[in-house]
Amino acid sequence: MSFPWARQYEPTNGLTKFLDEKLPLPRLVYNAVGAGYPVPRNLSYFWNFGVLAGFFLMVQIVTGVVLAMHYAANAQVAFATTEHIMRDVNWGWMMRYAHANGASFFFIVVYLHIFRGLFYSSYKAPREMIWLLGVVIFLLMMATAFMGYVLPWGQMSFWGAKVITGLFGAIPLVGEPIQVWLLGGFAPDNAALNRFFSLHFLLPFVIAGVVILHIWALHIPGSSNPTGVEVKSESDTVPFHPYYTAKDGFGLGIALLAYFALVFFLPNALGHPDNYIEANPLSTPAHIVPEWYFWPFYAILRAFTVDFFFIPAKLMGVLAMFSSILLWFFLPWLDKSPVRSGHYRPLFRKFFWFGLIPTMIVLFICGGAPAEEPYVMLSQLATAYYFLHFLVILPIISSVEKPEPLPYSITEAVLGSDKKMVKGEQTSPAV
Amino acid sequence: MTKLLSVRLVAILVGLGFAVAVLWGFLVGAYNAATEEAPGHLPYEHPRDIDYSFNGPFGKWDQAQLQRGLKVYNEVCSACHSLKFVAFRDLQQLGYSEGQVKAFAASKQVPGIDPNTGEATTRAGLPTDYFPSPYPNAVAAAAANNNAIPPDLSLITKARGDGTNYVASLLMGYQEPSAELLEEHPEAAPAPGLHHNPYFPNLNLAMAPPLTSAGQVTYDDGTEATVEQMSTDVAAFLTWTAEPTLVKRKQTGWPVLIFLLFATVLAYMSKRQIWSAVKRKK
Repeated sequence: MSFPWARQYEPTNGLTKFLDEKLPLPRLVYNAVGAGYPVPRNLSYFWNFGVLAGFFLMVQIVTGVVLAMHYAANAQVAFATTEHIMRDVNWGWMMRYAHANGASFFFIVVYLHIFRGLFYSSYKAPREMIWLLGVVIFLLMMATAFMGYVLPWGQMSFWGAKVITGLFGAIPLVGEPIQVWLLGGFAPDNAALNRFFSLHFLLPFVIAGVVILHIWALHIPGSSNPTGVEVKSESDTVPFHPYYTAKDGFGLGIALLAYFALVFFLPNALGHPDNYIEANPLSTPAHIVPEWYFWPFYAILRAFTVDFFFIPAKLMGVLAMFSSILLWFFLPWLDKSPVRSGHYRPLFRKFFWFGLIPTMIVLFICGGAPAEEPYVMLSQLATAYYFLHFLVILPIISSVEKPEPLPYSITEAVLGSDKKMVKGEQTSPAV
Repeated sequence: MTKLLSVRLVAILVGLGFAVAVLWGFLVGAYNAATEEAPGHLPYEHPRDIDYSFNGPFGKWDQAQLQRGLKVYNEVCSACHSLKFVAFRDLQQLGYSEGQVKAFAASKQVPGIDPNTGEATTRAGLPTDYFPSPYPNAVAAAAANNNAIPPDLSLITKARGDGTNYVASLLMGYQEPSAELLEEHPEAAPAPGLHHNPYFPNLNLAMAPPLTSAGQVTYDDGTEATVEQMSTDVAAFLTWTAEPTLVKRKQTGWPVLIFLLFATVLAYMSKRQIWSAVKRKK
């Protein structure tokens, strides 16, 4: 589907006419990210991160495929082949640093993309499916990143794998058999390393598949925008190309500058020194911490320190950690406010900036810190707020809040007036 | 409508459940914090900030320093510590000629196989060989060192926070524990076989002070071999072993960033030009 005023693809020469008849791939691209896709004219730079996430997925696949040519997934030699890549493979050090920091940048841009979605309620009708697929992509990314971190077979690789698969051991009755089944043994070893490598290679292509569905679902209602008011007429939109290809090009330049500054000048700043020590099942690191992008969820896992009636603390932590992400699947039905954009929701905005954002920062810091006071108590307060925010506060404010008046249309929001506006017609929130 | 209401009702109940469970833990933690004394950390010192030629975005190796560091490793550290990811051929990067590297390799005995009998033996090293381990295996290393296996040093400066400064500080940091420290933390007194060092996280480590007196190593370039000089030099050498491509990495970074800066400015200008046709609010 598209808007009626969308430009139509017209093949101009023999080759494109032939292709358009036999396999209309140019038409698909034209309608997906070309001039055939009308996009709201008022998108801010927060709308750049979808394209950037796609770009970093490609970076990860390309660097990862090259690394896989030189890496050996065997517990005896995995650490040594990683060093072989760093020392002996031509430009291997660059490939590995680009891959490790590429994972971090993939998460940075995806977190900003999710942040955009939360503030502008991009999950609301008619875009629920885009949001649901996005959460699926995020879960796949987490699984892929976790297994990728195990591959160099350093101390944090090994102990991270042990802790994370140990989470399944918290499931009553069947937990331990499941953990053994997942690992292919009683502790992470060759069997675990091999299957993690296999899945780490597979999952990015699954992600790419879900990304295609995500974009497909996006093209049915079209992109949302900072006002949250739906597109009404042609004057509300511009063609994706050249307007947003140019804007995304500039955004990509900024992102690449930051990315390569890290790759070439601080490549280990986001990693843990312990992962340059070879895995040793007999020596437990002083503080086992995952990669930075898991810290908020790791903090939630560790925040549950006492048994809750008949539920052991560990199981409670595991349930909370998985729930903290799975609850995102229900957001379209929890937040029933007819207004999308946080700019027009005074109460929502307060809880978002002074509740959710500080909470995420506290969880991030506590997840990276050792399990000591005051971090444990801080993470407990933040975890409580996290669940209250999404599951209690959001449903309640969406019914009690009085939204601020919306602009009539995107055109009015951009130009100050819209010639097509009908006098006396009330601005009614979409939905 | 009733169905939607129930989704939100269930959500509110689940949200309250998680919040109550975690706040319960908070109350228990607060009670414990108020009634029990938290175990204090031993006060260890952060590494000294040392000015190295390879620091900063324009850093370069000081080959003379790396050569001095190799000499310290070779004459002192290598008695107990392996360097298994470094090959003799790599030493050409320190400014040695092919002949010098061959001679250095030949001065080392590496594990080999007797071509006539097939039995394990040793042979003179070749440039393609890696630095041999001082111990035949981990059990021998543990047995010779009171069960504390000396770690391989190839990656040591990357495997510790602020690694280069840490290694240098640790090597020159051995001292007697101060009276105030022992008064405040009696548990910090070194047990038999352990040595006090304020830069080591638990203040006591098994490694005996390796660099004890000036002139322990005689530098070929005439530099005075103080303990500080030897510590600094060997830490520089171990930074090179941990990442031989460090300087190349920084040198590659500059053209990449300059190109990207140029491309980004162009991208910004084209974005401006393309969007200038679209009316904006004044």
